[in-house]
Amino acid sequence: MIDQLLGWAIQILITLFALVTAVAYLTFMERKVMSWIQLRVGPNRVGPWGLLQPAADGLKFIFKEDIIPLEANRWLYIIAPAVSVVPAMMSLIVIPWGSEIHLFGRTIPLHVTQMNIGLLYVFALTSLGVYGIVLAGWSSNNKYSLMGGLRSSAQMISYELALGLAIVSVLLWTGSLDLVEITKSQSGTWFGFIPRWNIFRFPLGTFGFIIFYIASLAETNRTPFDLPEADSELVAGYHTEYSSMKFALFQMAEYLNLITAASIGTTLFLGGWNGPGVEQLPILSLVYFVIKVLVLIFIAMWIRFTLPRFRYDQLMRFGWKWLLPLAIINIIATATLLIFIR
Amino acid sequence: MVPLSWYLGLSALLFTIGAVGVFIKRNAITIFLCIELMLNAANLALVALSGFFGDVGGQLFVFIVMTVAAAEAAVGLAIVISVFRNRESLNVDDVDTLKL
Amino acid sequence: MEQTLFIIFAVIAVASALNILIQRNPLYSALSLIVTLASLSALYLTLHAQFIAAIQVVVYAGAIMVLFVFVIMLLNEPKDVPHIEKHKWLRYLAIPFAGLLIAEMFYALPLDKQIAFPSIPAEQADTAVGTTWNIGTALFTDYLLPFEVTSVLILMAVVGAMVLARREGD
Repeated sequence: MIDQLLGWAIQILITLFALVTAVAYLTFMERKVMSWIQLRVGPNRVGPWGLLQPAADGLKFIFKEDIIPLEANRWLYIIAPAVSVVPAMMSLIVIPWGSEIHLFGRTIPLHVTQMNIGLLYVFALTSLGVYGIVLAGWSSNNKYSLMGGLRSSAQMISYELALGLAIVSVLLWTGSLDLVEITKSQSGTWFGFIPRWNIFRFPLGTFGFIIFYIASLAETNRTPFDLPEADSELVAGYHTEYSSMKFALFQMAEYLNLITAASIGTTLFLGGWNGPGVEQLPILSLVYFVIKVLVLIFIAMWIRFTLPRFRYDQLMRFGWKWLLPLAIINIIATATLLIFIR
Repeated sequence: MVPLSWYLGLSALLFTIGAVGVFIKRNAITIFLCIELMLNAANLALVALSGFFGDVGGQLFVFIVMTVAAAEAAVGLAIVISVFRNRESLNVDDVDTLKL
Repeated sequence: MEQTLFIIFAVIAVASALNILIQRNPLYSALSLIVTLASLSALYLTLHAQFIAAIQVVVYAGAIMVLFVFVIMLLNEPKDVPHIEKHKWLRYLAIPFAGLLIAEMFYALPLDKQIAFPSIPAEQADTAVGTTWNIGTALFTDYLLPFEVTSVLILMAVVGAMVLARREGD
């Protein structure tokens, strides 16, 4: 009992530390990718090749003055970044980061817990993350913040539907909501060299992946769907009035949401930790997973610095009139195909 | 080991709090929130009985109740918005005549 | 262990439900209701109703309450309007009403019988009552008619909400 609790505590701490560091270095990666796409060099002064830049940013955030506006609703203002960050962190415990590792004579699985409703749990936490934005927009007592907060949360709840429905086709194939089971069902290859990933599985996995990716870009408020927090539009949207560590918490929540969305996309569509040689050397599974997640995040950043952003009504129209019907057609096609095959 | 009566007692207690809230509160939206609390108390009783007696029908009923609550919240809040537009007040005491 | 979990979540649920009544600001009442819904979801998990617990957070706390919070934020009532309470006697009637309901609870509850939760054998764990498989099969075979009727109900609600919230002359 105590043994198990201690094991869980260690796994949770390792996951949290690894991911908070990953978030810090994702900010660095974003700035480097942005600068390479814009034909410049990016941060390269702090440390070798600029690698200590996130540490400098962190120190800057800690030393900034923490301002609370006079007419702001004090408790909601302080709680809102926490309500944003906590669900983002909680969704990391069900993601299978790898198959297993053998340490000290024990076999430790590389996921903190295995829930048989793992995917629904991630959706529940995504739905709860909307409250951080709504409360931040309201409590700042600033009309730009309120507009940005309401727009952003309306966008998030609209694209949650398309996100959920895009995943249903994968669930119909696999028959389980458990992320570990979904990963295991994608092991092996067809004809010896095409991996059995869901993205290669007939046209439906591919369309499902595209719909999922676009919906997850909208869920995490990345360009081209970032009107509510764009710098040139609504000042800075719902986090206009925030400074220092609270602002850093919002950024951390945004990057954690991006990592979660990329990890879920990898697990569902790109085969999770599967790859050549994982049975012999299980530590390779962690490497493959990280590489796939980094590829998805790189594509998200690439899209951010290439495409212009949607106007708000175009964004809502796209979500409700195009993405949602396409996701439903995907489900119907998958179900029809399944009836003929099984 | 938690006996069934604890779950049913908690459900009754939450229902009572919701019912008292409908009596006491004057703001239309807060009355709505207390109605949602009563629906949730009923859901808890249904899920508890479904689990203790092994019948999945209780949980399916909860599924339907949640859907009905969502539909009712949408329509009810639309009504509250219309009333607010006409009378500029969310106090249910002000909505006591059929004329504006 | 299970009793400790039940007591913790029951206390949180009752405390936040009482907070709905105590707070004057409707936004704080809505946030208290969200805390109540989350603790009820945890109680559903202790009853092995995993699907309903997840759906409660996704649908109730994540969608219906967002709607409530939006409406509260958009219908910002001016605070300097005096509220004359016309029916003060209702407030005093609430206490005996609550007492009556609690007395009825003690009458109706099976307090002498100790009905325990049935234990689920390990080979049935994937298809036991409360898992997604079980609810899905029941929903689409035995209970298909309520499912389809619910979809008509939602359509009615969407049309009704759109018509009622429209401004004149739109």
